[in-house]
Amino acid sequence: MITDDEIRAVARLARLDLAEEEIHVQRAHMNALLERIAVIGSLSLRDTEPTAHCTALADVMRDDVAEDSLPRVALLAGAPEARDGLFIVPRILDA
Amino acid sequence: MTSEYEAAIGMEVHAELLTESKMFCSCRNAFGGEPNTRCCPVCVGMPGALPVANRRAVEHVIRTALALNCSINAVARFDRKNYFYPDLPKGYQISQYDQPIGVGGWLDIETSAGVRRVRIRRVHLEEDTGKLMHLPAGDSAVDYNRSGVPLMEIVTEFPPDMRSAEEARAYLVGLRAILMYIGVSDGRMEEGSLRCEPNVSVRPIGSDQFGTKTEIKNLNSFRAVERGIAHEIERQIDVLRGGGKVRQETRGWNEARQETVVQRSKEEEQEYRYFPDPDLVPLRLDDAWVESIRSTMPELPDQARRRLIAAHGISEKEAAWLTQTPFHAAYFDQAVRFHNAPEQIASWLMGDFARLLNVTQMGLEQSKVTPDNLASLVRLVDSGQISGKMAKAIFERMFETGAAATDIAQEMGGQISDPQAIRTLVEEVRAAEPDVWDALRNGDTKKTTYVIGQVMRLSRGKANPQETRRIVEEMLAAPETAS
Repeated sequence: MITDDEIRAVARLARLDLAEEEIHVQRAHMNALLERIAVIGSLSLRDTEPTAHCTALADVMRDDVAEDSLPRVALLAGAPEARDGLFIVPRILDA
Repeated sequence: MTSEYEAAIGMEVHAELLTESKMFCSCRNAFGGEPNTRCCPVCVGMPGALPVANRRAVEHVIRTALALNCSINAVARFDRKNYFYPDLPKGYQISQYDQPIGVGGWLDIETSAGVRRVRIRRVHLEEDTGKLMHLPAGDSAVDYNRSGVPLMEIVTEFPPDMRSAEEARAYLVGLRAILMYIGVSDGRMEEGSLRCEPNVSVRPIGSDQFGTKTEIKNLNSFRAVERGIAHEIERQIDVLRGGGKVRQETRGWNEARQETVVQRSKEEEQEYRYFPDPDLVPLRLDDAWVESIRSTMPELPDQARRRLIAAHGISEKEAAWLTQTPFHAAYFDQAVRFHNAPEQIASWLMGDFARLLNVTQMGLEQSKVTPDNLASLVRLVDSGQISGKMAKAIFERMFETGAAATDIAQEMGGQISDPQAIRTLVEEVRAAEPDVWDALRNGDTKKTTYVIGQVMRLSRGKANPQETRRIVEEMLAAPETAS
């Protein structure tokens, strides 16, 4: 069972500002999810290979060839703020 | 360092890989340039963009792992390392967590106390981040040209094997040389393409537990690495002596103040929530691929060193200096091929040449003096055509202008050592002052100096005096011929 404190920790990592009542709601949702997943624990999986992906694909690589990049105007078009070809962001103190 | 404490040093080294394109997209991998001109939806993390791994970058990491005596994992995987910071527009860095490409290797280093083995825990592949600049206006600016550049991380084993700043420097020197020899990194610490983050702890000698470690950043040269670590060891010992506790934190080296200053406290363990990147499928590093990379491994620094000692009989110290980069070794090889005088060439390289490079803050590869040109200068000295003192003056001109040694020597009026040329001059003196010559013949040896003086006068000081004396004596010893 997941606790309110764990929800707070996850929210902080995700930069979510949750109100107290939202924390309770999220805890209920998370616990419901974990219960579903817990079913896997009851299965016998000794002969099952661990997988990290849902496909059997491997070794998808590209040759090392450089191509044209996006024009800078297009790149910066979606930025909330841009100046002199740079993305502008709020000041970062923790450098 | 004082004797009741000992230091333990581990190191993370990051190297940007020498590729044409970035790690997961086709943007060009280059240094500098106009900001945000080498970016695309993949490397600025636009939603829906899909990364595809660069095969050459994977090969570079396999090659490095092999050169560092690592085993290659049969299956390697990419994971997401999650954190929020504007240098990473996706909110995560693609890295490798529990299945890196190489594991369990080592690098032997030369120290004043002999050879030491530094074990390597892992070699993995990830992507570099963008570059943040803090603007005077109060906000920050980001350039994503570097974002997504293939970045290799090499981590030493824990518990750490290194015990001093000198060893840490030797490890970095040795590692950098290998990366440059195998062609995966340009090794430029000042441009940040090779970065080193040592972690340092101290403990009382005899203790079976390691002290709290700090990490040092912002070390952009070998000298900074050595001084930064030495300073941090001293600082931690002072803290412990004063009854204090070392705090786990990241400290930055301040070059101007020659000390480390706290950057970030690490009391709160970073939670990166690594998980396999669903956008990237695993890499099967099968034996055939690994062996094909092993079979094309170029000469490593150690092999080059042994080869130079065996082929040219130079000292261990000279060989170590001459193999510090593949460029140095190739330069020396080329010069020796042009004029087979390994010791003199080595001594020029390590002496006057190194001094001028140091003064002008240049690397050997930026110098205007070609190996052939250096060799021909050495040849001029060896054949007695110029004196050692003159050679130094000529070399300074070569270094400045890149002009040929022979041209400068001629222009500066090189010494005349050619026997035929000197004989002609002596003949001239004899014809002009036959009575002096007769006196000489009759045993007035004091007149030899006078004849040499006259030859010097005729040649405007360029005749080689030793050679002139030898020829005068040779002519006196020969039977008189009617002139």
